Amino acid sequence: MPTLNMAQALNEAHRLEMERDPSIYVAGEDVGVFGGAFGVTRGLQRKFGQMRVRDTPITESAIIGTAVGAAAAGLRPVVELMFVDFIGVALDQLYNQAAKMKYMFGGKAKIPMVLRAACGAGVGAAAQHSQCLEALFMHLPGLKVVMPSTPYDAKGLLIASIRDDNPVVFLEHKVLYGMTGEVPEGAYTIALGKADVKREGKDVTVVATARMVHLALSASQKLEAEGISVEVVDPRTLCPLDEETLLASVRKTHRLVIVHEEVKFAGSGAEIAAMAAEKAFDDLDAPILRVAAPFTPVPFSPTLEREYIPSEEKIVAAVKAVMGV
Amino acid sequence: MGVTNEKLLDMYRNMVKIRFFEERVGSLFAAGKIPGFVHLYIGEEAVATGICANLRSTDYITSTHRGHGHLISKGGDVRRMMAELFGRSTGYCKGKGGSMHIADLDLGILGANGIVGGGPPLAAGAAWAAKYQGKDAVAVCFFGDGASNQGTTHEAMNIATAWKLPVVFVNENNLYGISCATADSMCVADIADRAGAYDMPGVVVDGNEVLAVYEAADEAVKMARQGGGPTLLECKTYRHRGHFEGDPATYRSQDELQEWLDKDPIVRFEAKLLAMEVLTKEKAEAVRSAIEKELDDAVRFAEESPFPDPGELLTDVYTAAA
Repeated sequence: MPTLNMAQALNEAHRLEMERDPSIYVAGEDVGVFGGAFGVTRGLQRKFGQMRVRDTPITESAIIGTAVGAAAAGLRPVVELMFVDFIGVALDQLYNQAAKMKYMFGGKAKIPMVLRAACGAGVGAAAQHSQCLEALFMHLPGLKVVMPSTPYDAKGLLIASIRDDNPVVFLEHKVLYGMTGEVPEGAYTIALGKADVKREGKDVTVVATARMVHLALSASQKLEAEGISVEVVDPRTLCPLDEETLLASVRKTHRLVIVHEEVKFAGSGAEIAAMAAEKAFDDLDAPILRVAAPFTPVPFSPTLEREYIPSEEKIVAAVKAVMGV
Repeated sequence: MGVTNEKLLDMYRNMVKIRFFEERVGSLFAAGKIPGFVHLYIGEEAVATGICANLRSTDYITSTHRGHGHLISKGGDVRRMMAELFGRSTGYCKGKGGSMHIADLDLGILGANGIVGGGPPLAAGAAWAAKYQGKDAVAVCFFGDGASNQGTTHEAMNIATAWKLPVVFVNENNLYGISCATADSMCVADIADRAGAYDMPGVVVDGNEVLAVYEAADEAVKMARQGGGPTLLECKTYRHRGHFEGDPATYRSQDELQEWLDKDPIVRFEAKLLAMEVLTKEKAEAVRSAIEKELDDAVRFAEESPFPDPGELLTDVYTAAA
C-alpha cells in the first residue's frame, strides 16, 4: 500500500473526485499555478484546466459566496480558505447564506460545497494564522464540520465531504500536512458523523482531534508503561458528532479526558463534555477534564507557542488526575 | 424600439400587480395579520418590471430585503408569496423563511436576502455556474444604494469582470439606506461611476420610466448572454414608504417625497399607454379589477392555510444522502 503524506492524500481525493464528476471545481487563492499554499492542489490545474481549478483574487467573500451561488445553480465547489483565520472576512456567505438557504427556503435549495481550510499552531505563524476554530463552525446549524487526523482519514473524509450534499467545513491541521501514513489507492469514503477508536483501552477515554490525536497516542504509550490503559477516540466529524461511539467508550472506561488545540473556554470539548455529563453521568467515576489551549491569542515566540499548545505532559497529567493517581 | 403591445401591457399589468400586492401587504401588516417586518417596494415597480421583462425563467436573480417586486416580476405566485408572509405551510418556504427569504429555484430566484450585500456574490456564483456549464443563462443582481458600499458588492463586481461573468448588476438607488442618505455615505454622485473601477460599463437610468429600464436592461442582458461580461445599471428611484412598515421616515422631507410621488412610474406609464392607445380607460380598469380579484384570492388562500406542523421546526437543516 502506498505511503503518502496528508497533503498528497488530499490531492488524490481531489483528483479522483474531479475525474468522476465534471460538476466539481476547485477555487481559492494560489490553488492553481502555485498548487495551493500547502501544496494540496498541486498538479490539478495542469490536469483539469483553468475552468475547473481557478486561481482567485484575494476575495474570500466572493470565493465562498460564488461557491454558494454556483452550488445553488448545480455545481459542486471545493474551495480553499488558505488559513481558517481568514473566515472572518467572509463568514456571512458561509453562515447566513450557505448554512441557512436550505432551511429558509423550506427545503428546496441544495448547497453541496466543501470549504477546506488550514488551521493550527506550531509553525510560528502567530496569532492571525494559527487558530483552531472548529467550535465556531460547530455552532452553526446547516454546516457539517470535519477534522481528519491522518492521511488515510483525510482522503476518505474529503471524498465523503465532496459527495455530501451539504456545506462542509473541512479543517486540516497545517502541521499534519507533512505527516505520512498508508493510504489505499483508488477512491474510498469514510462516513461523515462516524468517530474512530484509534487505540483501544479500558481505564480512560481520551477524545482528541487533529494533531492532538497523535499526542494522545504517544501519551497513551507512556501511560501504558505505568499500567494505565487509555482508549483514544477521534471524532473525525465534529458536527454531526458520533455520540454513540463516544458514549460507548465512556461507559466502558468511566473516565473522560478531552484534548483539543482550540482554546478551552467554549471550545469543541465543552460540547462533548456537556453531552457526556448529560447522557453518561452515572457511568462517570471522575469529573470530565479538558486539555486545551489557554484563553489567549496564539503567541509568536517559539517558547510561548510551545507553552500554548497542549502537550503530551499535560495529557498524561490529566489522565492521572482522573485516575486519582 | 420594437416592444410589442402585448409586452407593454404585460409590463403595465406587472407594475400594477406589484403596487396592489404591496399596498395589500401594508394594510394586512398594519392590521396585525403579518408577523415580523415588511419592506415595501411601492414606487420602485418600474425597475423590477423593466429588468425582468428581459429575462427567461432559466435566468437567475438575487434579490434584497425589499424583494416582493423582484419576486413577482420573475414570475412568482402571489398566493404562495402571501402565504409565506403569513407564515403558513403553503408558502414558498413552508413558512420557514418569511418576507426576506422567499425563493423559488425553479424560477431562478435565488432568494430575497436579509443581509445587505448578501446577494452579489451569490449572483456572481450563479453566473459562474452558467458559464462553467456552457449555458447562456444570465444572473441579475438587485442591490441598493446601501449595498453599494458593502465589501461583498465590490468583491462580486471585481470577480465578475475578472472572470467575465454573465451578470448584470442592477442598483436600485432610492437615496436612503434606512435613514442614511446617499449624500452622507458616499462621495460619488452616481453609483454607476463605480463601474469604471471594475472596467465594466456603468449606466444611469431613470428608474421610474419602465421603458428606459427595459431598454437599458435589454442591452446589458444581451451583452452578458453573448459573453460580453457584466454591466452596472444604476436605476434612480424612490420608495414611497419608510424603510420598513412602521417607519415614519422623518429623515426625508415632505417636499422631496412629493417630488417623487409626482414621478410615480405607474401613473407615467399608464398615461403613456393611454396616449399610444395601447390602453383604454376601460381596459385599465379591467386590468386593475382582475388584479384585485387575484389578490383577494391570494389573501384568502393565505388566511385559510394552516400554520406549519410543529415538527417542521426540525426539518430541512440538512440535505439527506441521495
